[in-house]
Amino acid sequence: MSLPIDSSYRRRKLWLQQAVFALFRVLSYAVVAVLFLILGFILFHGAGVIDWTFLTEAPTDGMTSGGIWPAIVGTFWLMVGSALFAFPVGLISGIYMSEYAPDGRLVAFIRTMTNNLAGIPSIVFGLFGMAFFVNYLSFGDSILAGSLTLGLLALPVVIRTTEDAFRDIAPSYREGSLALGATKAQTIWRVLLPMAMPRVITGLILSLGRVSGETAPILFTCAAYFLPKLPESMFDQCMALPYHLYVVATSGTDIEAQMPIAYGTAFVLIVIVLAMNLLANAVRKHFEKKLKSK
Amino acid sequence: MKKWIDRIARWVFTVSGFTTSVVILLIIGFLFTEAAGLFRNPIVEEGYVLALNPKNPVKELSAEQIKQLFDEDITNWKEVGGPDLPVRVFRLEDLDQLYTEEQLGAEYEFAGAKIAEQVQQSPGIVAFVPDVLVQEAPGVRCLPDRTIPLKDVLLGAEWYPTATPSPIFGILPLVSGTIWVSFFAILIALPFGLAVSIYLAEIAPEKVHKLFKPVIELLGGIPSVVYGFFGLAVIVPLLQQTFGLPVGESGLAGSIVLAIMALPTIITVAEDAMRNCPRTMREASLALGATRWQTIYKVVIPFSITGITSGVVLGIGRAIGETMAVLMVTGNAAILPSSILEPLRTIPATIAAELGEAPAGGAHYQALFLLGVILFFITLFINSCVEFVSARNKFKR
Repeated sequence: MSLPIDSSYRRRKLWLQQAVFALFRVLSYAVVAVLFLILGFILFHGAGVIDWTFLTEAPTDGMTSGGIWPAIVGTFWLMVGSALFAFPVGLISGIYMSEYAPDGRLVAFIRTMTNNLAGIPSIVFGLFGMAFFVNYLSFGDSILAGSLTLGLLALPVVIRTTEDAFRDIAPSYREGSLALGATKAQTIWRVLLPMAMPRVITGLILSLGRVSGETAPILFTCAAYFLPKLPESMFDQCMALPYHLYVVATSGTDIEAQMPIAYGTAFVLIVIVLAMNLLANAVRKHFEKKLKSK
Repeated sequence: MKKWIDRIARWVFTVSGFTTSVVILLIIGFLFTEAAGLFRNPIVEEGYVLALNPKNPVKELSAEQIKQLFDEDITNWKEVGGPDLPVRVFRLEDLDQLYTEEQLGAEYEFAGAKIAEQVQQSPGIVAFVPDVLVQEAPGVRCLPDRTIPLKDVLLGAEWYPTATPSPIFGILPLVSGTIWVSFFAILIALPFGLAVSIYLAEIAPEKVHKLFKPVIELLGGIPSVVYGFFGLAVIVPLLQQTFGLPVGESGLAGSIVLAIMALPTIITVAEDAMRNCPRTMREASLALGATRWQTIYKVVIPFSITGITSGVVLGIGRAIGETMAVLMVTGNAAILPSSILEPLRTIPATIAAELGEAPAGGAHYQALFLLGVILFFITLFINSCVEFVSARNKFKR
């Protein structure tokens, strides 16, 4: 019950609230509309370019026609390579953080380092990859150097998701397993890992989606402007989709003729990110179902 | 046996737990060694000297003065503290015009003597020549060379990394370019980001939230080249038309693209912070008769201000470090910008644009690593700010 004196004050307040809420709603819808606009714009222009030859042929006529097959292959290998590095290393360090590391300063320090690594701009990874993998370890410009650089970029995400996934498992599972006489390693391998796996895999897939679109780290460690051949070993350079998009959009002999190719490449990149997101969701759902049915 | 496996496992886990720390140390180590090399380079290109007539009393020239001399912006020695004497610029190529091939010798064996002759003849000369040719020559004074001073790099207002005879590595245009672009990006992103996060956390019905949230997260995953390409294809021409600019590639184009890219980060973190505000606090406020809006800005926002701040700071961090999108839309002019509508260039974009052409181990290469070090420290600082803020938050609870 509000007093009559209150009511005009309250009405004014409610009116203000409605105005503010309306403003926020409009701004939010505007932002989401802009985001949809960007996606729609690229998907609309790109969809017309995509056909079988575009996806399966190499660029021809100085990048003004032909397809993007070598770039697709290159990006695929870079994703595989970085996963092969980031997944085992990230998984093991994540498990260490959750299961082995003594609480206190040490863990706080490692966590700070991991956070810092996550915050370093991708171009700095590129510089480091060039100085360390390409020059110091003399891998040269190669898929190996490129995927290791990208793997470092993905590492913090994998570590963090692994650690979170393990920490969220109730202690009773560990205690139960240890009480039955299992060692700590057995407990991790047989009990905790299967339970944490869905979230770890989801995190890995999402970070691979991000890796597929990174350009700055591979600029100087791997990416080639144009290669007619597909890479034959991990010491070859390769083309990659994001770098291809950058090249086609900003340099070249005939920008007008290159525009459709740029739209097509951007389309494929967005589709990869979308597909990775959907895949991550599907994996999570699949594992969740499996766990429940047990 | 089992025990052994257990022990090995413990050992493997412990070692790999330190991977990230080791990587950070390696990054610091490699970036620093390369960057520090810059300050061991001479001002004048390695292997060359500036030769003067012995009568010319000028003792020292800065990289900037040398560039102006050779661009013929300085035409009299007066301007650099010498006598009233017109400057004559002499490069090695000029020899071929002054002398015949026979006079110079088949393998340039007389070139040194001829240079010395030229230097002796004209008192106002400054000759940019290989040091082996003139070291022994009589009547030639080589300008003593210094290493690149730290001050000229950190406070230098010009970035001409490929200028001969002496490249100029003043980082101020790049630093100010980065600051301008990120500042305007945050200025644009902040109101939208806050509005969306408040809307999603407090106001939006469940259905809308379920639709918007994944879309915004998805947009955080879209590659930066794609945003850069969109900026190039849509925003740049749009700005050019609206403001009647000679070129649409400008700081503002970069800021708009960066604002769009920083939005998902800001929204996600700020919204999470507001959702963490305990239900009881909200209910208490409403029970006291406050409206929902009063509850939001008097209770929820003050409670979650640290989380909101970290979201904004992380957004700034993303904007400062972003490379490809900025490289594609800002026009890349390494000048001190006087307005946001002019082309400018950021630190990451400079590294990306120039590292491919800089010969490994050279001064230019090392200067780009120095930029990397600066960038590394900026992001380290931003991360520490976020950690500091979130640590304070825990204390408050």
